[in-house]
Amino acid sequence: MSTEHPARDAVRAAFARMDAVKAGRDGLNCVLWSDRGWSLDLAKEADQNPGGVLAGVPFAVKDNIATHHLPTTCGSRILEGYVSPYEATVIRRLREAGAVLVAKTNCDEFAMGSSTEHSAYGPARNPVDPSRVPGGSSGGSAAAVAAGIVPIALGSETGGSVRQPAAFCGVVGVKPTYGRVSRYGLVAFASSLDQVGVFGATVSHAARAMEVIAGRDERDSTSADRPVPQLGFDGSQRLDGVVIGRPREYFPDSLDARMRERVDSALGALRDRGAEVKEISLEHTDLAIPVYYIVATAEASSNLARFDGVRYGFRDNGNDGLKGMYEATRSHGFGAEVTRRILLGTYVLSAGYYDAYYKKAQQVRTLITRDFGDAFDNGVDVILTPTTPTPAFELGAKAEPYEMYLNDIFTATANLAGVPAMSVPVGTIDGLPVGAQIIARHFEEGKMFRVASVLENALGANGGAR
Amino acid sequence: MSTRVSVADPITERYEMVVGLEVHVQLRTETKAFCKCSTTFGAAPNANTCPVCLALPGSLPVLNEEAVKLAVRAACALQCEIKPISIFARKNYFYPDLPKGYQISQYDKPLATNGRMVIGKNADGTPITIGITRLHMEEDAGKSVHDRFPGASAIDLNRAGVPLIEIVSEPDMRSSAEAGAYLRVLKQLLEYIDVSDVNMEEGSLRVDANVSARERGETRLGTKTEVKNMNSFSGVERALEAEFARQCAILDRGEKVQQQTMLWDGARGEVRPARSKEESHDYRYFPEPDLPPLRLDRDWISDMKACLPELPQARQKRFADEYSLPAGDIEVLTSSPALADYFEGVARQSDDPKAAANWVMGEVLAALKTTDQQIAHFSVRPADLARLIELVRDGFVSNTAGKKIFAAMVETGDPPARIAEREGLVQVRDASELEKWVDEVLAENPDEAKRFRDGEKKLLGVLVGQVMKKSKGRADPRRVNQLLSERAAS
Amino acid sequence: MAVTRDDVAHVAELARIALDETRVGDLVRELNGILSHMDELRKVDTEGVEPTAGVGDAGTPLRPDEGPPIPLDRPREKFAPAMRDGFFIVPRLSTHEDAVEDAG
Ligand SMILES: [Mg+2]
Ligand SMILES: [Zn+2]
Repeated sequence: MSTEHPARDAVRAAFARMDAVKAGRDGLNCVLWSDRGWSLDLAKEADQNPGGVLAGVPFAVKDNIATHHLPTTCGSRILEGYVSPYEATVIRRLREAGAVLVAKTNCDEFAMGSSTEHSAYGPARNPVDPSRVPGGSSGGSAAAVAAGIVPIALGSETGGSVRQPAAFCGVVGVKPTYGRVSRYGLVAFASSLDQVGVFGATVSHAARAMEVIAGRDERDSTSADRPVPQLGFDGSQRLDGVVIGRPREYFPDSLDARMRERVDSALGALRDRGAEVKEISLEHTDLAIPVYYIVATAEASSNLARFDGVRYGFRDNGNDGLKGMYEATRSHGFGAEVTRRILLGTYVLSAGYYDAYYKKAQQVRTLITRDFGDAFDNGVDVILTPTTPTPAFELGAKAEPYEMYLNDIFTATANLAGVPAMSVPVGTIDGLPVGAQIIARHFEEGKMFRVASVLENALGANGGAR
Repeated sequence: MSTRVSVADPITERYEMVVGLEVHVQLRTETKAFCKCSTTFGAAPNANTCPVCLALPGSLPVLNEEAVKLAVRAACALQCEIKPISIFARKNYFYPDLPKGYQISQYDKPLATNGRMVIGKNADGTPITIGITRLHMEEDAGKSVHDRFPGASAIDLNRAGVPLIEIVSEPDMRSSAEAGAYLRVLKQLLEYIDVSDVNMEEGSLRVDANVSARERGETRLGTKTEVKNMNSFSGVERALEAEFARQCAILDRGEKVQQQTMLWDGARGEVRPARSKEESHDYRYFPEPDLPPLRLDRDWISDMKACLPELPQARQKRFADEYSLPAGDIEVLTSSPALADYFEGVARQSDDPKAAANWVMGEVLAALKTTDQQIAHFSVRPADLARLIELVRDGFVSNTAGKKIFAAMVETGDPPARIAEREGLVQVRDASELEKWVDEVLAENPDEAKRFRDGEKKLLGVLVGQVMKKSKGRADPRRVNQLLSERAAS
Repeated sequence: MAVTRDDVAHVAELARIALDETRVGDLVRELNGILSHMDELRKVDTEGVEPTAGVGDAGTPLRPDEGPPIPLDRPREKFAPAMRDGFFIVPRLSTHEDAVEDAG
């Protein structure tokens, strides 16, 4: 490789890898849109202006984040062919740091799903075992990192959509504190839960990407005006004095014994480095899924009203005036899962049900948030749990909607409370990766990354896969 | 019912009208409520749109500080309680001029509540006070044009996202005249505090009315209807009368009024039910998750109250105290803050409030009308009108010449002294010149001159007129009078 | 609180989604299945608990009243389904033969 054009070399390698692993529709189907020539032009610019912290690093982006040139379809037919006339703040920041966009990745339609099966452009597959799902909704980005196409990728989180696919694909996945990263340009699913997250081949890749995209953005009223801490740590350090909470609700009797063993050995490895492990309780955990599905679908029903065929995207004129156009456009533009959630969300907000569902859910959400606050107030620095109840399942395995929703059982709590959380590989079960989730207090990503770095270092590559 | 009016009375005499008004006012900001697009009126269709007000996927709202200031100023002027925390909410419905499929508004936690406004006096002199239920912030929708292309509607989103306040009154008005008075006083108040152009024709002020009828003496409210589509204050009054008559007729037949939306048809002078909306109204309000609560510092709110400009009623009282003007004059002069400012400028600089009031209410208002000018940019500046008043008062120009000079000032904007010189309208008081004209007139009219000298006093006016004519209006009539009287006596 | 066919038809109407009859039946079943889990929440005592509304204590940030707007790097015609003379074009409201503006 030539050393004069590192960015172009890296981009060429990324495209070569896409071909080699069959990243497209006939293979993993993790990459929806890419343009080699355009990316090489970007790489040329990056080569001419070296010095950014991510200079020449190729990256992939979930298809629900607005980018120039490549489509932004959210895995939906209703945005087929739509190219955003502006770019997301996170994309601008990565570009300005020298990183080069090489792919828009597959996802569940409008990020609604936990398997990347609900994409209008077909399901994505797990590079570890293509008969299995990569998780979701950011499954394409997780797969792109796991397949070695890119070292970093952006996803989005509403209830676990970065951490869960990261665990399934054996990579690092981070959901920052709500407000840490700008949502400007992230197509909204549930505004009070959504955050842009990052995937990294390693903890330090994820840390570098997170440092670049984090920080106040005047275009997002919910972005926090907080200094961004340094997230890179020496993984060989000790953790003396660090208290790690082990919440009993995340280790129920029904939990797969091997999953329990993998996560407990991770805790053991951290204890060996000097950390103290403390049993704690987060008592409202089992309510997270009902709360999550009420809040998320309610907000989604409103956020997706803008897809009406008037100003952009897909339109079906129908044959009955304006209302006919609306109904034809939305009925044919949205897939089954999105339709289901829009209707559920409309129902829980409709007259007579608001208090029983939406208001009640927001009250219980307050209780879930308090659980975390109490744990951290009682001396816990970070909380460690399994990221998912099981490793990746086979395509088509979860037919019932609620069965699929239960996939988010360990991850949705962090979105509801707004706290940062990340998944780190901690080995495999029958060759399938599993992850441990590290949760920290609001805006304490620093503590979370420190523990993650040590865990990664203690377990070795791929979490010491067995 | 304690009193029962005889059935011989006209139906409407037996019923009382109960009215509450909802007024939407566009705030006078440079940019929209939640994006940086210009609010300028009259741009090409959709020219003033961006990712945010087009509701492009991924865009987000950021609140305009000036819109908050103007809304708070209006709430202060309406003596509302201003909330330290208010919450934006989404009002969800589909309409092509509503890009996001929801309007960002405020619902159960509005910016301000519990205000009031005095709209006039009862016969016994007590004030008529109308309660203000709430004042909240929201964004405007775009425009749907239905008559431009056949079979299609055309959508222009330039107005989408322009900041509005919605002012909801209590059902405290009892006649269409009170409703009209409420709107005129509200418009005047909003002009005084300079938060809006308040122009109903241009749509910067829009009115919906809730109206019900009940038998006189009844204290419970009847079933109300909402009346929309009025585009002038008199249209509101006429629409209320029409809807009230319709409701009275229904009640008089012993039937029930249906809660519904009525549309005013100004051309036909009638109300008719809005076509059944394509949707049942279920707005599914919930807190806007893209905007944290609006927090206002208590000290900041106090400062906003403290720096409120002088309001109409205070100004009216001061005009009475300071300038000793009659109530009727004050009402005219304070009708708009710009006119009141103009008058005060003239009154102070001429030190003659009475003359200033007469000039402003007479010549100035007439000139504004004929030349279609706004008082704020009127070609005659207060200082120049004050100077003209002095010239007349001090006798340098005649009253008649003053009017001529004013007309020239309106046209040219020149100062009065220069016009007087140029047009030769400066009054001649030089004795020798005046005597020369008097002598000439007496010589030219020997018959009248003789009879005048012989004591026929009524000829004085004729002779003065002749002198004025000879001087082309420049002679000082008082001096001419004096001179002629001296000649008669000699 | 069981969801009925009428409920599904009503929310579909509100959401501007057309459903055929068999789909309505499926959705009644699916939504009831999901909502049965949501009913768990009713057992929780939330007396006096504030609903979560907005994250963070700082109020909404305010921006100065000035431009320029965020630019569009593609003309509206490039992404609009139908445009004419600068207007977005939609089929006329079927009950809207004559023009009555819906303001506010
Ligand atoms: Mg309103
Ligand atoms: Zn805009």
